[in-house]
Amino acid sequence: MSSLPADYLEYPLRRHGMDHDRYDWTQLHQRRGVAWPGGARIALWITVALEWFPLDMKGQPFKPPGAMQTAYPDLRHYTLRDYGNRVGIYRVMQALQRHGIRASAAVNAAVAARYPSLLRDVREAGWEVIAKGLDMDHLHHGALPVEEERALIARTLEILRPAAGGAVRGWLSPAKSESHATPDLVAEAGLDYLCDWVNDDMPYAMRTVTGALGNTPAHYQQAPGHGSPAGVQPGRGLVAMPHPIDLDDHTILVQNHHTEDDFRNALTDQFDLLYREATPADGRIMAIALHPWVIGQPYRIGALEEALAHIMRHRGVWAATGAEIVDAWKAQQA
Amino acid sequence: MRLEDRLEYSALPERAPLRWPGGARLALWVAPNIEHYEYLPAQVRVRDPWPRTPHPDILGYGLRDYGNRVGVWRLMEVFDRFALRCTVSLSMAVLDLYPEIAQAMLERRWELMSHGLYNTRYHWNLTEDEERAAIEQCQAIHRRHTGRGLAGWFSPAASNTLNTPDLVAEAGIDYLCDLYHDDQPTWVRVRRGGLVSLPYSMEVNDSICWRRGMEAPAFAQKIRDEFETLYAEGGRVMCIAVHPFIMGQPHRIEPLAQALEHVLGHPGVWCATGQEIVEAWRAQAPPPPPPLA
Repeated sequence: MSSLPADYLEYPLRRHGMDHDRYDWTQLHQRRGVAWPGGARIALWITVALEWFPLDMKGQPFKPPGAMQTAYPDLRHYTLRDYGNRVGIYRVMQALQRHGIRASAAVNAAVAARYPSLLRDVREAGWEVIAKGLDMDHLHHGALPVEEERALIARTLEILRPAAGGAVRGWLSPAKSESHATPDLVAEAGLDYLCDWVNDDMPYAMRTVTGALGNTPAHYQQAPGHGSPAGVQPGRGLVAMPHPIDLDDHTILVQNHHTEDDFRNALTDQFDLLYREATPADGRIMAIALHPWVIGQPYRIGALEEALAHIMRHRGVWAATGAEIVDAWKAQQA
Repeated sequence: MRLEDRLEYSALPERAPLRWPGGARLALWVAPNIEHYEYLPAQVRVRDPWPRTPHPDILGYGLRDYGNRVGVWRLMEVFDRFALRCTVSLSMAVLDLYPEIAQAMLERRWELMSHGLYNTRYHWNLTEDEERAAIEQCQAIHRRHTGRGLAGWFSPAASNTLNTPDLVAEAGIDYLCDLYHDDQPTWVRVRRGGLVSLPYSMEVNDSICWRRGMEAPAFAQKIRDEFETLYAEGGRVMCIAVHPFIMGQPHRIEPLAQALEHVLGHPGVWCATGQEIVEAWRAQAPPPPPPLA
């Protein structure tokens, strides 16, 4: 009988802090507070996903949330998803406009290519456009070669930048799935913030490689290593934004089969706690992730409307886009 | 040795009533699971800990990381409000990774129960020597940080072997939380010494509720309902198991606080650590079963 191998007992990544170099170990309650514009306590950040699920999607290496489910052709789910882009989104827009809230639309490039008028309406609503990858069948994942991923990001931005009518500053990976290199490549492509990580209530700085375009940083070749690649250094200031998986209409209503009242209560409970926790000198972010094919159903939209009415009747709520929040946060970092 | 032979059958109503200190009706212990899940699990054997492969699974990792960056501090604030001393189901690596959390737990005089090194290193299929070494490593980390030996053991992610009770007892640990057969402590037959099974909860456990898509108000109701029955029966142990990455989310913390307020608003609720409950039980328990041959 053998005892445990030495690398089980002596593990170099059992050290003070994270077991990777992607970001530093910090605790929310010990950080210097951030003051939002106008003395607000809460920055309300709503992201609305505009997604396209190909009818013949392969679902590799795993099926993303919302994927086709039946044998081909799954017209049922294809059209239920596309309902969001034709009908649901306009209900969400109306619900937000009532309170003067501008959202960040997280857009699959395929949506921008297929439905230019939808992107025009998003722009005219004053919303921000952030990138949500090419479509819901192009996942970023650990086995994706770096050059392929770099090309995927470039193609996505090539389509989205003109459609956004300006810079695209935020990135949300389809299904919140990343490779080892995604943050590096997103920073390299000139984006400012990343919405994949769900480990905080506030923004924080990520480490990315500063390597020149076209080079393959050494640590990509090590992957899958121990997440501690030598080549990762403080980078271009990519910021992780607290984009939730927990306060998400798909998670609560579709995945967890909760009622619309449960969804509204989760939003108002979240807000009430954050509002109590926050001060004008130490603000918080209330982030809500929406999918128009979920929340835009006629019987569901009321839950969002009620939650927004509750939130917006409070003083000190600053409804902002992701880029506006990142800018306000960055301006206060030493 | 078969696991089922380690537990002597005993019908709960036929036992002599248990008496808790101060005439309390109920012994309550609250067990936050403070864990670390490896970013890239280094020792994958029986099962890959992350549902999304190929790695990294940043969604799964990030959600658990939330517990240590944000959620645990919210839970501590709630427990402090009720002056609750917890018994932590602890990935022992947390003491080395996050000394700030270690300090906060030790300042509160919380009891640290080993929940293995990481919650991504399962003990299924370890040989006896391997498992002994893994348990010993956790003992060593606990001693280094607290100057004392461990009192309690809960196998990582409830992964164990048929040898686990013997090896836990052999390591000088008093109680085991891997077995869910009773509402009172019971003896577990081992090769040497006397090992006590302390009822941890896989039912009043936020991770179980969360996986079933139950939300905080339903979990809080479960706490209330569990309490009503055990309190009425008397002489029982109640465990509330929570995870900072789940109950520490802003929208979940208040229902938990309200449920605790309800439970603690009753007279005769003895809030204790695992070791305190085990000691109070041993003082009135039948003698331990004879050692296994």
